[in-house]
Amino acid sequence: MSNHVLVFVELADGKPSKAGLQALGAGCRLARQLGGETVALLAGADVTAHAAGLGAFGANRVRVAQGEQFKAYSQEGLARLVAAQAAEIGAAAVLAAATPAGKDFMPRAAARAGCGLAADCTALAVNAGKAVATRPVYAGKALVQVQAPGALWATLRPNVFATENAGLTAGVEPVSVNFGVGDLRDVVREIVAGARGKLDVAEAEIIVSGGRGLKDPAGEGKQNWENLEKLAATIGAAVGASRAVVDAGWRPHGDQVGQTGKTVSPKLYIACGISGAIQHLAGMSGSKVIVAVNKDETAPIFKVADYGIVGNVEDVVPALTVAFAEALKG
Amino acid sequence: MEIIVCIRRAPTTDARIKPGPDGKTFDPAGINYDISEYDKFALEAAIEMKEKHGGKATVLSLGPAAVSKELRTAVAMGCDAAALLVSDASHDSWAVANALAAKLKTMPHDLVLFGWNSVDNQSAATGQMVAELLGLPCVSVAVALEIKDGVAHVERLAAGGNRERLAVKLPAVITCQKGLNKPRQPNMKGLMNAKKTVIDESPAGAPANGVAVTRMDPPPPRPAGKIVGKGPDAARALVNLLRNEAKVI
Ligand SMILES: Cc1cc2nc3c(=O)[nH]c(=O)nc-3n(C[C@H](O)[C@H](O)[C@H](O)COP(=O)(O)OP(=O)(O)OC[C@H]3O[C@@H](n4cnc5c(N)ncnc54)[C@H](O)[C@@H]3O)c2cc1C
Ligand SMILES: Nc1ncnc2c1ncn2[C@@H]1O[C@H](COP(=O)(O)O)[C@@H](O)[C@H]1O
Repeated sequence: MSNHVLVFVELADGKPSKAGLQALGAGCRLARQLGGETVALLAGADVTAHAAGLGAFGANRVRVAQGEQFKAYSQEGLARLVAAQAAEIGAAAVLAAATPAGKDFMPRAAARAGCGLAADCTALAVNAGKAVATRPVYAGKALVQVQAPGALWATLRPNVFATENAGLTAGVEPVSVNFGVGDLRDVVREIVAGARGKLDVAEAEIIVSGGRGLKDPAGEGKQNWENLEKLAATIGAAVGASRAVVDAGWRPHGDQVGQTGKTVSPKLYIACGISGAIQHLAGMSGSKVIVAVNKDETAPIFKVADYGIVGNVEDVVPALTVAFAEALKG
Repeated sequence: MEIIVCIRRAPTTDARIKPGPDGKTFDPAGINYDISEYDKFALEAAIEMKEKHGGKATVLSLGPAAVSKELRTAVAMGCDAAALLVSDASHDSWAVANALAAKLKTMPHDLVLFGWNSVDNQSAATGQMVAELLGLPCVSVAVALEIKDGVAHVERLAAGGNRERLAVKLPAVITCQKGLNKPRQPNMKGLMNAKKTVIDESPAGAPANGVAVTRMDPPPPRPAGKIVGKGPDAARALVNLLRNEAKVI
């Protein structure tokens, strides 16, 4: 095993994604501590143009897998590629962002390499010369530190790791791939846009979440949800929801935050009309700053909130939108 | 069609988790258990499919002998048989996957169903790992599933609420997400059946070497917050604090 760190840099809209560059930053700092190189891996039908630019974000070398087999998403394809690359460079750690894609293919890639996986990690460190990871379990009710007997395979939670401003000049190396699209059994054939381009709560830096306190959007809560969307748009936030809201069919289940929804760690989480049940808190109490708006000053959400407003969502949410708009302008 | 559903017994989601005396695992005092939330969608999918296409649904789990309770619940819902790999040792996803895959090699299977993620360990990994170990295709996070002529037509939830459509030939591994169906409650006949069912128990063997927990800690305490004010008039003060004190906007 070398001391090198391999980082799969995921694309979004054909460019290295923010979560991918954050993983690269984390990998770069880990490689420095291990005394190895940071090797970035890009895969796609047309990605070479982005390769050299990854030096600025911490890559010493960039391996490029360009071909039709990486055009549409395939769990099998990325698992085969990443496992083969990890073996080729003898990586001490293999990292990718814990995005929907990373969560999907990394377990298979690790298994192909005969390794376990530390999923959705929030910290990396070196202990006695070996990479170790910290990850929340029980939806953040506890944190565990894990280590691997050999290489550490890990996915990294978006918005937790900073990108690196390394200013390196990366060498670009094309990789040869020993399979074609015809060898893959699980290629995505079609994408049905839920709300294409919509910011996913799992990757958003700011989340504005609504609970049952906003009331039925098909009835008396219509204006409240519109107000919430407006607040989110003003501050570039994704809209999240409590399970009560999702179960009532008021929001799609992809928006659910909590132990049986998404576990999120944005820099700002604004909970509106959410009581703060243990399952909800489990999913969002890793946020950097929490704001709660609730008419009941004894609501449990205020126990984890850094800042609270006791009041009615009907008038507080629009007032927040106005106040944010002013602040962001000024 | 032979369908196997892999389920995990996990602490209920309202459980308060505290590190135990070994500093590596949680204190089991006062913890209740249930079938991990998403595994219920996998169970429902298996039972619906068996009802529609015929065949057999078998539920499989790895864990301590007490897991027989959750296995009986699965039978009461409508599974035909249950198997338990008994172990008191702690297993990460890789160790679970190795043990399950070894057992699955001895069982006929057209479709192997999982939850997409366990509510306790939250690796979202075991299904894909089993698929790799068995050399099967896998679709994770399924929200729609239909079997036609030996092919699974699946919709999976991807980034930004998009749904990816794909078709994989059976045998295949599918991991299930909320939205796929509405899990049923056991009925009287099911409960009677479950009582009589003989669970196929066998020792799980030593766990494979995956990632090992070296310590468990409670999350760092959050500093005491403050109520900025009441009603819409507090909005400006709040935004001010977010900008100048918390520095997040
Ligand atoms: C197995 C299981 C898993 C679960 N997983 C999750 C999960 O992942 N995520 C999750 O969120 N929940 C989860 N839950 C549900 C959880 O226990 C709560 O029921 C849910 O979070 C409550 O949602 P809520 O806060 O929107 O609604 P409520 O608890 O009804 O709270 C509504 C809040 O709005 C306030 N309010 C009402 N009107 C106004 C107004 N006009 N202005 C301001 N405030 C107002 C009220 O004071 C109250 O605090 C789970 C439950 C179970 C059993
Ligand atoms: N001990 C176990 N026995 C059987 N199936 C399991 C076990 N642990 C996990 N699984 C399955 O794997 C899925 C994903 O678990 P995880 O990788 O821990 O998130 C679960 O939803 C179960 O379907």
